[in-house]
Parts: sequence; C-alpha cells; structure tokens
Amino acid sequence: MTNIPSEGTPSPATGPSASTGGFDSTLIAAFLAIGSIFWIFVAARTTDPLMQAHSFVFLTAFILGGFALGWHLYGGGAKSDGYEMGVVKAGVFASMFWGIAGFLVGLIIALQLAYPNLLYFENLPWLNFGRLRPLHTSAVIFAFGGNVLMATSFYVVQRTCRARLYGGLAPWFVFWGYQLFIVVAATGYLMGVTQSREYAEPEWYADLWLTIVWVMYLVTFLGTVLKRKEQHIYVANWFYLSFIVTIAMLHIVNNMAAPVSLTSSKSYSLFGGVQDALTQWWYGHNAVGFFLTTGFLAIMYYFIPKRINRPVYSYRLSIVHFWSLIFIYIWAGPHHLHYTALPEWAQTLGMTFSVMLWMPSWGGMINGLMTLSGAWDKLRTDPVVRMMVVSVAFYGMSTFEGPLMSVRAVNSLSHYTDWTIGHVHSGALGWVGYISFGALYCLVPWLWKRARLFSNNLVEWHFWISTLGILVYVVSMDVAGVVQGLMWRAYDSLGFLQFSFIETVQELHVYYVIRAIGGAMFFTGSLIMAYNLWRTARGDIAVREPLAAGDAVAVPAE
Amino acid sequence: MLNRHEILEKHGLLLTVMILLVVAVGGIVEIAPLFWLESTIEKVKGVRPYTPLELAGRNIYVREGCYTCHSQQVRPLRDEVERYGHYSLAAESMYDHPFQWGSKRTGPDLARVGGKYSDAWHRQHMIDPRSLVPESIMPPYAFLANHEVREGDIAGWLKTNRTVGVPYSDDMIENAVVDLKAQVDPFSENYDAFLARYPNAVVRDFDGDPRRITEMDALIAYLQVLGTMVDFSTSMSQSKTIGDRSCMRPCRASLRTWGLVLFIIAFVLVLIYALNPRNKENFDHAKRIPLEDEDQYNDSERN
Repeated sequence: MTNIPSEGTPSPATGPSASTGGFDSTLIAAFLAIGSIFWIFVAARTTDPLMQAHSFVFLTAFILGGFALGWHLYGGGAKSDGYEMGVVKAGVFASMFWGIAGFLVGLIIALQLAYPNLLYFENLPWLNFGRLRPLHTSAVIFAFGGNVLMATSFYVVQRTCRARLYGGLAPWFVFWGYQLFIVVAATGYLMGVTQSREYAEPEWYADLWLTIVWVMYLVTFLGTVLKRKEQHIYVANWFYLSFIVTIAMLHIVNNMAAPVSLTSSKSYSLFGGVQDALTQWWYGHNAVGFFLTTGFLAIMYYFIPKRINRPVYSYRLSIVHFWSLIFIYIWAGPHHLHYTALPEWAQTLGMTFSVMLWMPSWGGMINGLMTLSGAWDKLRTDPVVRMMVVSVAFYGMSTFEGPLMSVRAVNSLSHYTDWTIGHVHSGALGWVGYISFGALYCLVPWLWKRARLFSNNLVEWHFWISTLGILVYVVSMDVAGVVQGLMWRAYDSLGFLQFSFIETVQELHVYYVIRAIGGAMFFTGSLIMAYNLWRTARGDIAVREPLAAGDAVAVPAE
Repeated sequence: MLNRHEILEKHGLLLTVMILLVVAVGGIVEIAPLFWLESTIEKVKGVRPYTPLELAGRNIYVREGCYTCHSQQVRPLRDEVERYGHYSLAAESMYDHPFQWGSKRTGPDLARVGGKYSDAWHRQHMIDPRSLVPESIMPPYAFLANHEVREGDIAGWLKTNRTVGVPYSDDMIENAVVDLKAQVDPFSENYDAFLARYPNAVVRDFDGDPRRITEMDALIAYLQVLGTMVDFSTSMSQSKTIGDRSCMRPCRASLRTWGLVLFIIAFVLVLIYALNPRNKENFDHAKRIPLEDEDQYNDSERN
C-alpha cells in the first residue's frame, strides 16, 4: 500500500498552464492594462497620501503581473499537462509565510497587552495595538487560512474530480490577486486605512479587488467541478463550494459602502447603527462559519481519509451534517449582540440557532473522529494523524463552548472579556491551525514527490510544544475572562460596585503574561514546522529515526 | 423522488444554487426586518448628526482601531448601568456609519464617556496614558496633537454621509469648514449659526492649542459628545420595545410556525435521502473517491 499520490500522467505539472496565448491570458492582459490605467489616474489625481501609496502598490503589482504574463507567453516557463500543481505549491509557501507572520504579530500584541511600552512610540502610530490587532486577525484568518484553503481546494478538487484545474492561467491570477489583496489590506491597517468593522476592515477598493479575485476563484473551482471525469462530486468539494459561494455573498453584502471619492481611501458603510451592527455580525460570525469551519471541514473530509487510507466513517452523516450545518450557521450572528440595542427577537433567534448548531457541528466531529475506527494505532505511530485528530477534538470542544457562550445568561458574563479570546483561539489554534498543519505536512511530501517528511521527530516536537502552548493560552484566557467578568459585576456589602475598571485591568496582567508564553510556544512550533517542510521539499531525510505509519515506503538513506 | 439529492451530487451548478438559497434564508429573515420595522429604532429627542469636528474625530477613532479595546454599548445590566450610565439606545448610534459598538473591553466602555473627564485630562491621557493612570495598558496617541485636520476633506465626508442616509442639509455641507473652525473658537462670528445647525454642540478649544485645529481637537470633541445627545433626565427611556409586540404578533407567529414546519420538512427529506438503502451503493462508491485518485488522470481533454 502506498500513500504517496503521484501526480497524473503523463508528467508532473510544475510550471504554469499549458494553454498558451488562449482566452485566459488575453483576459488577464486586458485586465492588467485597464487596472494600470485606473491606478495611474488615481495616483495622478489623489490628494490623499494613503491612497497614493496604495495606488503605487497596485500599479507595481499590475506591472509585475504584466511581466510575468509576458515571460510565460514568450519566454517559456515549463509547459505541462496533467494536474496543475504549481499553484498548489505556491499556496503552500504562501501559507507558511503568512502563518508565521500572523503568529508573530499575534505574539507582539499579546506582549503589548502585558508590557504596554513595548513597541509603542509617542509619535509613530503604526505599531499601536489598534492597528496591529486587525493585522494579526486578518493575517491569520485570511492570509494564512485563506492560502491554506486555496491551496488545498485546488489540490483536492483536481484529484477528486480527476481533472486539471479549469481556466488555464486563472488559478495563478487568483493566487497572485489574493496575495495582492493581503498586501494592500495589511499595509492599509498599518497606515490607518480601515473601516474598523471586525474582520472586514479593508477599505472599499481592496474589497472590490477581492470581489474580482473571489469570482475568479469560484469560476476556477466550479469550472473544474463541471468538467470532472468522476460522476460524483466528493463531499469535500461541497464544503469548499459552500465556503466559496457563501463568503462571496457575505463579503459583497457586508462591505457595501460609499467611498468619499474615487481617489479617496475613505468610505462610509451603507448601513448605520443597529442595521450595520447586525449585518456586520451576520458577516463576522459566518466568516467563522464558512471560512474557518466549512472550508477546513473540507480539508478534514479529504486529508484524514487519505492519510490513513480509510474512507470517511459515514457518507450519510456527511450529507445530513452538510445541509444542516450551512443552513443553521447563517442564523447565529446575533449572539454577538446580546443585550445590545438590537431588537430582542433577533437576539433570541441568534441564540436558538446557535444552540441548535451544536448538533451538526458534532455530527462533523464524530464523522472525522470515527474515520479512525480500526486504525487508532495511527495516533501513536503517525504524529501527523495525531495532529489532525487533535484538531477535530478541538473543533468539538470549541463548538460545544460556542453554543454555551451564546446563551444570554452566560453571554452576559463572558461578553467583552478575554473568555471570548480564549474561545476563539481554541478554535483558531486548535482546530484551524492543526488541521492546516496536518494538511501541509501531508501535502509537501505529496507535491514534491518525497517518500516521507524530513523528520517525524520534529513533527513530534512541533505537536507537543504547540499543544501545550494552546492549552496554556486557552486556559489563561478563559480564567482571565471569568475573573474580569465577575469583578465587573462584584458588589461590596454596602451595595456599591466593588472594583473600578482599572483594578480589573491590573488583575489581568499575570494572565496576559501567561497567554504570551502560550502564544510564543505555538509560534515556536510553527518555526519548527517551516524548517521541517523546507528540508522535506529539498528532499532531505533525517536518517536515524523510525518511519511513521503514514509514510509510504522505507527509503534507504542516500 | 427520494433520489433527488443524487442530482445535486452530480450537478455542480445546481449544487451551487442550492447552497446559495439555503444560506440566504437566515440573513434575509434576520436582517431585512430591521429596515422596515419602525420599532427597531426608538423615537427619542436630541440625536443629531455629528458636527464636522466630531465627525473628523470619529474618523480618527475608526482609523486607530479603538474598537479593538473599547466598546460603545452599555448593556441593560445593573452593574453596567451603575458603572457607565443609562443603557444604550439604538437611536443613539443611528447616524454611525460604521457602527462602533465593539466586542471587547480591554479598556472601559465609551458609550457615555462624554462629559465625564475634562478636555485637559483627555489631552494628557492621549499623550501619555500612564502619566494619569499608572496601571493603564493603552498605547500613547501623542502624535494627534501634531497632526492638523485636513480642511479640504471635511465637506466630502459630510456629503458621503448624506449619501448613506445621515440627514446633513445643503447648509451644513456648504458651511462644513466654517463650522469646523467655529467649534473650536467660542468668540467666532459664526457661533450662533453653528449652534443653530448643531443644537447643543460644545464650543471650545479642546486641545489647548488655539492656533491650530489638530486631530487631538477632533478626537476629544468626539469623545466629549459620546452618549450626551439624549437627555435621559427628561426623556423617556424604558420604551425599548414600544409598539413592537402588538403590531407584529400575528405575522410573526405564523412566520414562526411555518418556518419551523418547512425547516422540519427539509430536514426529514435530507434524512430520508441519506438513509435510503437504495443509495448505499452510491455512497460506498463516493466515499472511496479520495482513496482511488491515483494515476487515473487522463489528459485527453485539455482546456
């Protein structure tokens, strides 16, 4: 039995697409030209220095894109048939790069909360918490998570449909377009270009750019599904499809805004006050639901069965779980607005559906975990499998905690405190992080055609350091949240509030230090991983260690 | 009939459309009514559009990401009302594009911070938070005092706010720069005209630097107006859901019933399909797809 998938016949696809000079490159060329003209116009006309900076970023990117296109069409670049795996490899690189960047920024802001003079400069606002925090969340969710999702979806859809990616150069446009969006968004936060709507911070022109890229992503993915040679659409692809379609809907509706002018970086959102609040949290919660859940469930549905070479536990359960999950998730947003000025009926609906959401979530968890039945020994022998299984366990934990926190009575204590931060990170580090790491540990040997990872011992190190880090992080933040929530509502014997606000801040210092330690451990783990993957891609093998069960065949030392 | 799901499993476009329909329901039911239910936003006196200076301050609040640590929403809970003041009404943020209710209180809630501290306190606190509150973990914002508000932008901001529904009049937009200057100068000739346009606005030099209109002026002006527009000593207040229950009850009850029935029917259909023994073979094939995707790719059809 071998677990190393080889790429399709006749030959490995390394370079860009085979369709030279086709419709796709004409379209992209036209697009780059029109875009460049627009951004030259903006650069010339704008009085807004921030917009000027961004117009140069766009312009540079478009010109580089033009050169790349020209090089591809006339200069060469390996032409190949078979699966398009070059873009997947690029996605693996991008995931690791943005992941490390995002974790590092997270570590910095965690330290800033513990030691408030760190990297704060009186006359330099760029590194203030308020600007770095969106940088951290966007980097880990959209840059790291997004690249993992794009890379794995391009991999999975080709293999389960037995078809080359649709659209010729379109996947490369999607990949580089998405990186450009990330750069524009990230530099924007640092310079102070933001809508300050959580997880939807980028300004109007970055949003429009992402819309274009995302539509191309949908075309590429769906096009591949439509020309598949396998009759069935495998369940992982449903999850990817719901992720792509729903994020498109959420992104477009939530980011509707009126720019001050075509040459201004500032816009005002179309909705205001309570309507804006609900639209935003309808978006925000479903960014969790459809970006961080269904997308990564798709990874679970492909990579766990593939890695242990057993089919998913129940295909029936996956159907029931899919439809109920996507239907119910979309309603849960209002639980972010309990006890606010949002009408109570909306809050109650949000709470009810959040509690109901527990069932489909656990349906997915059970399906993932039980896939291992009969192969539990792999938990011991293959650290990559262990990582993915622990990930699913974290998914189960945070989807149990979530409905609990959405109950109004619990929420009155947990909301606005670090309990929320703890909850988010058990899902983000545990579930999203680990399933992504598992997928990357699988993908690198498969893509670069290596028999095995460079070192399974390093995976063990990564696993244990990171797992301890997550536990330290989550426990410290959960405790901090409960402590702060209780202190806010504490009364003394005379019926006065017992603590001033600043006393609760002071109390949290120690938890913030512990949290930063947890974060540093998780960050360390990711560095170990990057090293391991780099050596794997190069083809190195650390000789003197036993093979893991997930490794295919023993390869003699070179 | 019972095998209809198979059609979805084999037709990508149809599957896409079904997904879109299924995920659209929740948002439509929850969000759309907020725009036509009049009870969503209470009718209270005193809420007016922000003055040009306050709006400039709000833009800075948005730019610096203050929402990452400060909420602007007092919940109707005993301790919050005692700590911060009257709970927040929907009307108080109806001109906020975007809303800044926030979701985290690393620092205290700011919904009613207006008037609680002096301008001088705010100025010093922005320049060096720990000089006033030694335990504070807030970043310093001293640079605000060195940056002037760009007058050329103001009218455009007001105009765009009008586009998205904030009732700025032509008069207000024309006089945007005049009003900007008038608010920091109690002795200006435009004092009365300014107050006629923006009733109850505070007029004074906020940052202690009368020569310039800085971002410090703007941000402090914004902070000082937060939560002060509605006068709770005279105004109503316990009317959060007036008129809501009575007129909506029949419609909502039937929505609730039929929505639930449809939901259950849809769920049962999915269940029947999934459990139908005739589909077993189909599923057994499908679940093995990832395990059998080796080397079978045939590149006869190139795109």
